Amino acid sequence: MAVLSDDKRKLIGQLQKHLLRWQGFKPSENHPEGIGLGPIEKAFPNTIFPMGSIHEFIGTTPEQTAATSGFIGGVLAALMRKGGVCLWISTSNRLFPPAIKLFGVEPDRVIFIEARREKDVLWALEEALKCDRLIAAVAELREMDFSQSLRLQLAVEKSRVTGFVLRSNPLRVGNTACAARWHITPLPSEVEEGMPGVGMPKWGVQLLKVRNGNPGYWEINWSAGQFMDASKPAKVSELPMRNRKIG
Amino acid sequence: MERRFASIWFRHLTTDWLALRQPALRNMPFVLAEPVHGRMVITAANTLAETQGIHAGMVVADAKAAIPDLQVIDYPPGLIEKLLEALGLWCIRYTPAVAVAPPDGLILDTSGCTHLWGGERPYLKEIVTRLRDRGYDVRMAIADTIGTARAIAYYGKDAPIISSGAEWDALSPLPPAALRLESDTVHRLRKLGLRTIGSFMSMPRTALRRRFGPELVERLEQALAQKDEYIQPLRPIPPYTERIPCLDPIRTATGIEIAIQRLLEMLCKRLANEGKGLRQATLYCHRVDGKMVQVAIRTSRPTAHVPHIFKLFVLKIPQIEPALGIELFIIEADKVEDADPVQNALWGGVPGPEDTALTELLDKLAGKTGILRVSRYLPDEHHWPERSFRLASSIGENPTTTWCEDRPRPTRLLAKPEPIEVSAPVPDYPPMLFRYKGEVHPIRKADGPERIEREWWMDKGEHRDYYQVEDDGGRRYWLFRSGHYTDGQPQRWFLHGFFA
Repeated sequence: MAVLSDDKRKLIGQLQKHLLRWQGFKPSENHPEGIGLGPIEKAFPNTIFPMGSIHEFIGTTPEQTAATSGFIGGVLAALMRKGGVCLWISTSNRLFPPAIKLFGVEPDRVIFIEARREKDVLWALEEALKCDRLIAAVAELREMDFSQSLRLQLAVEKSRVTGFVLRSNPLRVGNTACAARWHITPLPSEVEEGMPGVGMPKWGVQLLKVRNGNPGYWEINWSAGQFMDASKPAKVSELPMRNRKIG
Repeated sequence: MERRFASIWFRHLTTDWLALRQPALRNMPFVLAEPVHGRMVITAANTLAETQGIHAGMVVADAKAAIPDLQVIDYPPGLIEKLLEALGLWCIRYTPAVAVAPPDGLILDTSGCTHLWGGERPYLKEIVTRLRDRGYDVRMAIADTIGTARAIAYYGKDAPIISSGAEWDALSPLPPAALRLESDTVHRLRKLGLRTIGSFMSMPRTALRRRFGPELVERLEQALAQKDEYIQPLRPIPPYTERIPCLDPIRTATGIEIAIQRLLEMLCKRLANEGKGLRQATLYCHRVDGKMVQVAIRTSRPTAHVPHIFKLFVLKIPQIEPALGIELFIIEADKVEDADPVQNALWGGVPGPEDTALTELLDKLAGKTGILRVSRYLPDEHHWPERSFRLASSIGENPTTTWCEDRPRPTRLLAKPEPIEVSAPVPDYPPMLFRYKGEVHPIRKADGPERIEREWWMDKGEHRDYYQVEDDGGRRYWLFRSGHYTDGQPQRWFLHGFFA
């Protein structure tokens, strides 16, 4: 392969950035500083968490689904910081509303939709993603094939709503048109040396697939109402009193 | 306003119905009978039986003596009421106000309806023909008062339509029984030689009241429009309703769509003029075969926006089965509220007009068949986890208390706590390990107990001691022990949720 000169490389880099911008990876006017995911955001093209696209979360056990719900809650909190509403669509209605308050989402600003079948969840999600007044829509789905995900992706490209698909224990993972595929696993929480009790939630965040980005693995904590890079643990004494763990 | 009433008399209501159900009975004398004091007494006889001298009130044994091959069928209890109600609902296509007049009649308030059929004569002819075509032997009359219409329908000999002011002349040749009187009053009148209404109609009312009681005078005055009489409509007439009768029966989805669109335009124009919006509406489709199908929609806030309501109804069209065709569409706004012209911001930071699109989305979702529930939750003042939140009554309701965030709560809560096996070292200590679905989870970290008492005024049972535990894989669970430690009894432990 021919070695590219620095100028050319710079030019190509700039062109790539333009292309991404046209594809919709532009900094949102509401979130110029990102959504607080720290190092993970660097994995995305232009180092911007893609809003207005579909994110797919794979969870194989109920514990992972619970961890994923918490993680999505944290992302939703950042997206909904300036107000707005989001939808949570499922067939089981297992999410415990008071708990997402702990991740910064006002549970009364989430509208829960219970559907009879998976098909109805998909229909509701597509309708919701077409409505540009929403901030985000979360759907708990088991199976989703490529054409279904493409329909969702086309809907969000018009409305700029962020869609989250939480797939618990799918039979076939398959290929989808989603912007990113995540896998969140719960990790042993960290407590200060010699202290009893359970610490703040800690997750292993794995980006299995990122469109135009770099997959990777990170460990993060949820503490003081925000995501924290687990490699630089925060001292409990630095946390504001109201965010310390009680119980 | 001039009022007109029609009275329909079903001469053989129950036997006609039975002959419709069992055509074999049409050509033979048969009676319906029910047991009275241990004897079978005839309640209704068909025309063939009547011509041979059988009438209601006879004992079956006597009738059988007269006609040995008489068919006797048990009278199903409540049949008359059911039939009259069904026929009354069918008559709603001719007027919104229909009342039943047991044991064998219907009263229709035809004020302002007959011109739609081109006058009273075609109106009456239409109803009588359609009912006779269905196999009911009916007589019908139209008059200014319920009393007169009924008297003419039951006892009239000539014209069934009595013009305004002609009640006096129409009633005078009829027998007193036409006035819906008690049988002993009729008997007494006949004994005194008063065989027609005309013979006592002009007597002083005080004398009539003294001799025959207040009932006769009241009935007479009601029939002569000197006293008001009201009917109790089968279905209350909603204030906001529109109807489209169709010349040809509608059978296609497109046809139904057009009908809905037109109805909504009429209804919403009226609502918008009055500053109202509908919260709930029902579409009634009356079919040619006499059945009725209905679909209902709800909206989460009062609206008179035609395209939106239309979209909600379109989702319901697959549920409307036209069969042979629909001949009448009626839309009723069941619940109407004042529409707020100034839309206030319901959600923090989101400006006003935006929530219209949102509520329209929610209405659409809620209207779909496969969607079970669209709900929003507000905090409730309960510690018991299942009751710590409640359904918001409306989409714009604001929380009255704050969400509790000082206690750890799992993100996923099981609808029903699942029993687990646990080994706990010391009473009131968190367990060492637990077994859930066959897997053993050694516990590394734990928090608790957090005791939550059951609300004794709401339900009975044990309190719960909750523990937040983390196993060796970093998975976090919410466990609880039900009740106190008691000697000699196994502890009951449950898994109730999964932490993030």
